[in-house]
Amino acid sequence: MRAPTPQAERFSARLARAWDSDVAWSFRHSPVAIIAAVVVLVLLLGAVLAPWIAPQNAFDAASLNLMDGFTRPGEPSAVTGRVFLLGTDDQGRDMLSAILYGSRVSLLVGFASVVFSIVIGVSLGLMAGYLGGRTDAFIMRIADIQLSFPAILIALLVFGVARGLIKPQYHEQAAIIVLIVAIGLSNWASYARTVRGSTLVEKNKDYVMSARVMGRSAFAIMGRHVLPNVTGPVLVIATINLALAIIAESTLSFLGVGVPPTQPSLGTLIRVGQQFLFSGEWWILFYPALDLVLLALSINLLGDWLRDALNPKLR
Amino acid sequence: MIAYILRSLAQAVMVMLAVALLAFSMFRFVGDPVANMVGQEASVAERAELAERLGLNDPFPVQFFHFVRDMTRGEFGMSYRQGRPVKDLLAERVPATVELALLSSLFALVFGIALGVYAAINRRGVLANAAMSLSLIGVSLPTFLIGIGLIYLFAVELRWLPSFGRGEVTRFGWWSTGLLTETGRKSLIMPVLTLGFFQLTLIMRLVRAEMLEALRTDYVKFARARGIPERSISFRHALRNTMIPVVTIAGLQFGSVIAFAIVTETVFQWPGLGALFVQAVQFVDIPVMAAYLMFVALVFVVVNLSVDLLYFALDPRLRGTTAAPAR
Repeated sequence: MRAPTPQAERFSARLARAWDSDVAWSFRHSPVAIIAAVVVLVLLLGAVLAPWIAPQNAFDAASLNLMDGFTRPGEPSAVTGRVFLLGTDDQGRDMLSAILYGSRVSLLVGFASVVFSIVIGVSLGLMAGYLGGRTDAFIMRIADIQLSFPAILIALLVFGVARGLIKPQYHEQAAIIVLIVAIGLSNWASYARTVRGSTLVEKNKDYVMSARVMGRSAFAIMGRHVLPNVTGPVLVIATINLALAIIAESTLSFLGVGVPPTQPSLGTLIRVGQQFLFSGEWWILFYPALDLVLLALSINLLGDWLRDALNPKLR
Repeated sequence: MIAYILRSLAQAVMVMLAVALLAFSMFRFVGDPVANMVGQEASVAERAELAERLGLNDPFPVQFFHFVRDMTRGEFGMSYRQGRPVKDLLAERVPATVELALLSSLFALVFGIALGVYAAINRRGVLANAAMSLSLIGVSLPTFLIGIGLIYLFAVELRWLPSFGRGEVTRFGWWSTGLLTETGRKSLIMPVLTLGFFQLTLIMRLVRAEMLEALRTDYVKFARARGIPERSISFRHALRNTMIPVVTIAGLQFGSVIAFAIVTETVFQWPGLGALFVQAVQFVDIPVMAAYLMFVALVFVVVNLSVDLLYFALDPRLRGTTAAPAR
């Protein structure tokens, strides 16, 4: 047996430390968090690996067969004899594959819009807290006004304006990016508020003072010194906002202003499935909806757990 | 007190002006207003003439001033898509949305307060716990799924309620209501439940938390010691003191009621402002979008002002001072 390399040793030591940390301890002792994490992980893997594990390339018209339309869940295909676990839609599209591909779009928009709003919110929050004065008043005033308007309304407005600015022939390609920007812009204010609060506390501490004495610029101090110390609450908000962003995306797509039907997300699938509710083909709507609710609920529960775990007062 | 009200008013005007500036920039810089109004074959001269008539060649502040002046008169221009004055489109659809929003707020307040009080008094009761867990799930359920679920249950399976539209409405001048006919009332039930559900869970949790707080205070203990009946303590003493945060939150939530109405109206094909707005976004109908934005801002500002004034009615301690109430 070979002796472990120093790198592997260091890595395993780090792993052991992480395993012993407070957050990991509280995770091991919270069944709700474990179940939620497993659900999120399974749905996440399903979405990421969709091209390899999905039984069918759901949005390649060549792989569809109209003969298979409206197959009930668990029944075999009329053509190939393969069983459709979750049934098919009107065009004979396997719902399991459609959901795997659909949650890919939903999660992509969710994650990207959260990253987008973190970048805007954290930088504006740092600037407001550290620079103070007029910058602070101006940024927080906008945040206040925006927070009192519902996010979905702001996202719709941004979406409409973006559509007006982009030439119609590019609408379809730009849809996902527009969606990410719209949802991201509607959620930055909560990050800005939290980061501003923590920055106000941090900026009077000695390490900031010494950095200032050393002559570092304001932006360097904000980025290199204050930022690493205000990230805890950001993580909690980001988790809960991820659920909100996924719901916002599905809502917009459901309203018909989100991603185009050629590249559907869970919301688009639900919108399409709604048409078949009255004729009794419930599965076309039910399984995408179930996937969406499970995803949002588990992420919410994880967020709740993380908030409690990172808050030493509640221990 | 008067100084406080004046300050609130000034703030309200500032917010309206800020939103108007946003709406104006949308109208002016997104797309070309002239190209949207005339056909493809309009000559350059015609376009220039229209631009002049619309005042598009004036300096920016002058244009903004005219825009605000028109807005206060209710003139929002013509819809690009429907070719009708936005004013008429709004007037047609305001009653449907207002009726829906008010009824669902009423529903949420009545049941939210009742359930909240019940959950606080019977803290360990089975029903109280069931209501609390249900409200947790309710927060994670997107509004449109609640609506679809109701449609499936009551319209598809049971066939009790219509799945879309307002039913028959009665007209009074420009106002219309669905409350006076049977189909109208039936059509209201599911949209009201859908729209009110989120608010209801919020109000219920808030009332419960505040009640638990109030039931621990000295004046409640003292009332008990005086032998006042428990029912009277809960409602006269404890509930009364929980009303300030409840009214604040319920009021500030009215904005989200309008927003969730966008979704609810689309699910139930309710002919209201929200559905109009979604169509406007799809077709980039800027004047309609701008008008809707102004409408929501107005509702928001009016509600905030009334919440501020309600503080004075509900909390006698504030009447003597000019300080802003702590939120």
